Amino acid sequence: MSEVVIQVENLHTSFFTRMGEVKAVDGISFSVNAGETFGIVGESGCGKSVTGLSLLRLLPEPAGQIIAGKIFIEGKNILELTKKQMRAYRGKMISMILQDPLQSLNPCYMIGDQIGESVRLHQDLPENMVEPEVISALRLLRIPAPEVRLKEYPFQLSGGMRQRVVGAIAMSCRPRVLIADEPTTALDATIQAQYLSLFDDIQQKTNVAIIFITHDFGVVARICDRVGVMYAGRFVETAPTREIFKSPKHPYTQALISSVPKLDKKDERLFSIEGQPPSMMRLPPGCRFGPRCNLCMDICKEQEPPEIKISDNHSVSCWRVK
Amino acid sequence: MPEVLLEGRDLVKHYPVTRGILQRTVGWVRAVDGVSFKVEQGKTLAIVGESGAGKSTVAKALLLLERLTSGSILYHGEDLYKFSPARLKAEYRPKVSTVQQNPYSSMNPRMRIKDVVGESMFVNTKLPRKQVYDKVAELLSKVGLGSEALDRYPHEFSGGQRQRIVVARSLSMDPSLVVLDEPVSALDVSIRAQIMNLLKDLQVERNLSYIVIAHNLATVRYMSHSVMIMYLGQVVEIGETETLFENPLHPYTRALISASQLTLPEEGEDTTTKQIILTGEMPSPLNPPSGCRFHTRCAEASEQCSKEIPEMRTVGTQQVMCHHYK
Repeated sequence: MSEVVIQVENLHTSFFTRMGEVKAVDGISFSVNAGETFGIVGESGCGKSVTGLSLLRLLPEPAGQIIAGKIFIEGKNILELTKKQMRAYRGKMISMILQDPLQSLNPCYMIGDQIGESVRLHQDLPENMVEPEVISALRLLRIPAPEVRLKEYPFQLSGGMRQRVVGAIAMSCRPRVLIADEPTTALDATIQAQYLSLFDDIQQKTNVAIIFITHDFGVVARICDRVGVMYAGRFVETAPTREIFKSPKHPYTQALISSVPKLDKKDERLFSIEGQPPSMMRLPPGCRFGPRCNLCMDICKEQEPPEIKISDNHSVSCWRVK
Repeated sequence: MPEVLLEGRDLVKHYPVTRGILQRTVGWVRAVDGVSFKVEQGKTLAIVGESGAGKSTVAKALLLLERLTSGSILYHGEDLYKFSPARLKAEYRPKVSTVQQNPYSSMNPRMRIKDVVGESMFVNTKLPRKQVYDKVAELLSKVGLGSEALDRYPHEFSGGQRQRIVVARSLSMDPSLVVLDEPVSALDVSIRAQIMNLLKDLQVERNLSYIVIAHNLATVRYMSHSVMIMYLGQVVEIGETETLFENPLHPYTRALISASQLTLPEEGEDTTTKQIILTGEMPSPLNPPSGCRFHTRCAEASEQCSKEIPEMRTVGTQQVMCHHYK
């Protein structure tokens, strides 16, 4: 059994707006081991990106705030750190890859300097050691001819290469936790396949714990070990990837999986979930998925379902599951 | 045999690359280089390819938003470029409409929904206002929206609802062909299925032809009757959807299908072994590779592939542009 690197307990993150409090993340718990990939799947607005930002404590304050919960990285609760201590953690212990590489890179600096920035900040290295470190980060992401790429600007690189550079920045200080927020959504199909195969490689070399945020079940099937399906700020189901696909228990998970068209067989008609996700300011009483659920019962409309453990690592929040 | 509605013959579009104060032409971007296809009445043709493959340029050419360098577009067998402007306006433009990818940028935020959907009727017909709005309400109910939507503004709707409104707008002139450019890729998974089902229902009901541009192969398989796979401005494979997915011939098609397959690894198995992962990236269309354009990334490339340009060969019901099929 490998060690737990990051453990999140009952995390609540809210945004305080003029219209009222928006409970973007409403009590989620999970943990990720070293060398493991945990996927967070959900539709837009379900709180998956806010979860990612909360783990880095990068919420747009004062509007967005973590109001309850604990986040342990290697046994230390990062919510108790001061801002200054947190800065030292970010990049070194936990880092992030965002969706759009063009927005995460500075167009005015050579990529060598952009990767070097975090190396200089976090590692106490003499100046002549920075460049080899940067090159090794580029190698880790399998960027060809790293010595040449060092002196190039983001506009000279293709989309796939830019995203690899962003990955190199995130991995440059060998963090223990890497959060990848939809890193392949902006990439083409064949480039996406290349990029995903990199994650396996990086993980084998560095034993990093990866939290992979995505809306795409195909990506989940390919790289995640375990998945949490998120709906309206909460996990409705958490299970190992194989189990989620083989025997999804929650109606939302089932519906999501069957509404994705399959490549190997032609459905005459796709299963579709009627309606849309609820507004986070006006959540329905009882089960949050109730209004869109085909199997909704009376109790679902009144009481929130408890989290039921089916097995050691498979849990579901649904009244139907006994 | 259904009637061929639209046919593209050997479409070519090259964009000049200019440099210096005199804007001298220093090269050509070969965005589309010899593409031919047919769209039958009531059927769907899907154009698949990665960014830079030229699929949107083909769509723009069909919508007459871009003039081709050479080649011809036949509408009911007649060359569109020989139509007079007046005839185009009367016979072609109202019959061909489009749905764009992003439902947030394809509507004027200051117009009410009834004017967004009714705009082309105001421009193209002499119907009185009242009748136009009645027709708008009817169109909206077809796409699953109530008449309370009429007086609202685009920002009041969610992404899925907006895409429904855009679909309603595209049907306002009773078109025979709708060009759908990535119609669902900006939408959430659960909403995608709703819109795809809606588009299919409308097709059957109105005998519409669709040209769907997509990069998601699963979407394509669900929506289309025939598929055209593009790579660097050329068609590498074209065929009926079912046979092409069952039996992909071109190495690029096989790699694409493999990349989008939802494969679950068996216990203890490495996922990456099952997959075909292409090396490298798509070369620049400014200076495409010699011979077969795919040879730089192809695992099966031989010496012949880098020298001779392959011809389009017919294999069964499919056509494929590859030296490996004789």
